[in-house]
Amino acid sequence: MGEAKTYFFRDMSVMLGRSMRHIFRSMDTMLTVCITPIAMMLLFVYVFGGAIETGTGNYVNYLLPGILLMAIASGVAYVAYRLFIDKQRGIMERFHSMPIARSTVLWGHVLTSVVSNVISIVVIILVALLMGFRSSAGVLSWLAVAGILVLFTLALTWIAAIAGLTGKTMEGASAFSYPLIFLPFISSAFVPTDSMPLIVRVFAENQPVTSIVETIRSLLSNQPVGTEIWVALAWCLGIMLVAYFFAVRAYNRIVA
Amino acid sequence: MKNAIKVTGLQKSFKNTEVLKGVHFEVRPGEIFALLGSNGAGKTTIVRILATLLKPDGGAAEVGGFDVATQPGKVRHAISLTGQFAAVDEILTGRENLILMAKLRHLDQPRQVADGLLKRFGLTDAADRKPSTYSGGMRRRLDIALSLVGQPQVIFLDEPTTGLDPEARIEVWKIVKELAGSGATVFLTTQYLEEAEQLADRIAILHEGRIIANGTLAELKSLFPQAKVEYVEKQPTLEEIFLAIIGKKEVV
Repeated sequence: MGEAKTYFFRDMSVMLGRSMRHIFRSMDTMLTVCITPIAMMLLFVYVFGGAIETGTGNYVNYLLPGILLMAIASGVAYVAYRLFIDKQRGIMERFHSMPIARSTVLWGHVLTSVVSNVISIVVIILVALLMGFRSSAGVLSWLAVAGILVLFTLALTWIAAIAGLTGKTMEGASAFSYPLIFLPFISSAFVPTDSMPLIVRVFAENQPVTSIVETIRSLLSNQPVGTEIWVALAWCLGIMLVAYFFAVRAYNRIVA
Repeated sequence: MKNAIKVTGLQKSFKNTEVLKGVHFEVRPGEIFALLGSNGAGKTTIVRILATLLKPDGGAAEVGGFDVATQPGKVRHAISLTGQFAAVDEILTGRENLILMAKLRHLDQPRQVADGLLKRFGLTDAADRKPSTYSGGMRRRLDIALSLVGQPQVIFLDEPTTGLDPEARIEVWKIVKELAGSGATVFLTTQYLEEAEQLADRIAILHEGRIIANGTLAELKSLFPQAKVEYVEKQPTLEEIFLAIIGKKEVV
């Protein structure tokens, strides 16, 4: 055990280096993770945006938080994919039969997910700036936004890890992400919830995406966040802990 | 160290199926030991227990002088595992795959180690290509090369030639013979009798959860009566009966 601890950071950086290479070498990954949300943003701002009444002047400002969450939801799908491949091709077994800190086999993918999502979020924010996104938020607010986005990424990454570790087929391992990508549509991410029929509205106002979107929106526009931020944090932490528990359980079942 | 591997009374069940019912055998340092058995006999289960990937329900196993249950870290230092399917990273090049292994084994000069193995396995020209461009034999060669990073004492090869064409099979046989020549202990599983006969110093046969025979090829041969010429009445096969009936019907 002592030795495994000594090598934890060293092994971790090797594993991180490995999966980051995977990301930078598969252009389709980069495209899906960045281009799809950007296309969505263009579509909403320049096609639907004119007809959407949000009560705020700048629709890009209104839209951006939801787009970022969508980008994360589609980005984490690759964690499931990579874990599934490692498991199925016997790469995980090879690693586990080696004198390494075993937990890095899983954590390497998780850390990679955070790093790659941070990259795609920065790219999307830069594009949003070109499209007229402006924020009056100070450093602290930006840090809070970053913190919430990283927490959200971790929460969804652990859900993806469950899918990747337990999936029987590639399709099964990646199917979990569709509802996640869809969730922002039934929230206040694109349009205010006021115009929705009652049942949809109740769902929209009480699902995690809305509280997270509202919190980020308030932080970026320098408005008070109120209690919404605690609801958002509770959702992120709650999902993260539950998903972490089941992911580690699934992982330990493989490691035996 | 008297034995490279020592297995006593190993038991393992999956759900209600008893796969291993008390397996005993020993492997001496530096020998090629073949575990022979049909599909589903439990060969891979034994390999996985010895490689610290699976916990046995009963019995004990020592590899490289260390107990797999209580000193798995020490065992992992002593071994390497090549599974049934070439476990190579498809996105990394052959060279990068080797460097990755060298780094994970915490070696000082990962690049030099990789270069040495690439040369030894005739993969230097293909070193900077992805394994997806390799032939089946080349993939297997890379796979085995990955296992040799860090010079483990005990090398597990789980069905190393399954799915390979005859040419690639002979190539792998050559590699295995060289491995044993270098002083490492090789534990290989196979369902091909010829493979065991070609490679192994000693052969154990796993059948219905137990080792039913264990010894050198000569010893195994001596278990059976001497070859002799016998007169045997030839019974018709079902195929011959079938064809005869069909033929008759058509005549009718």
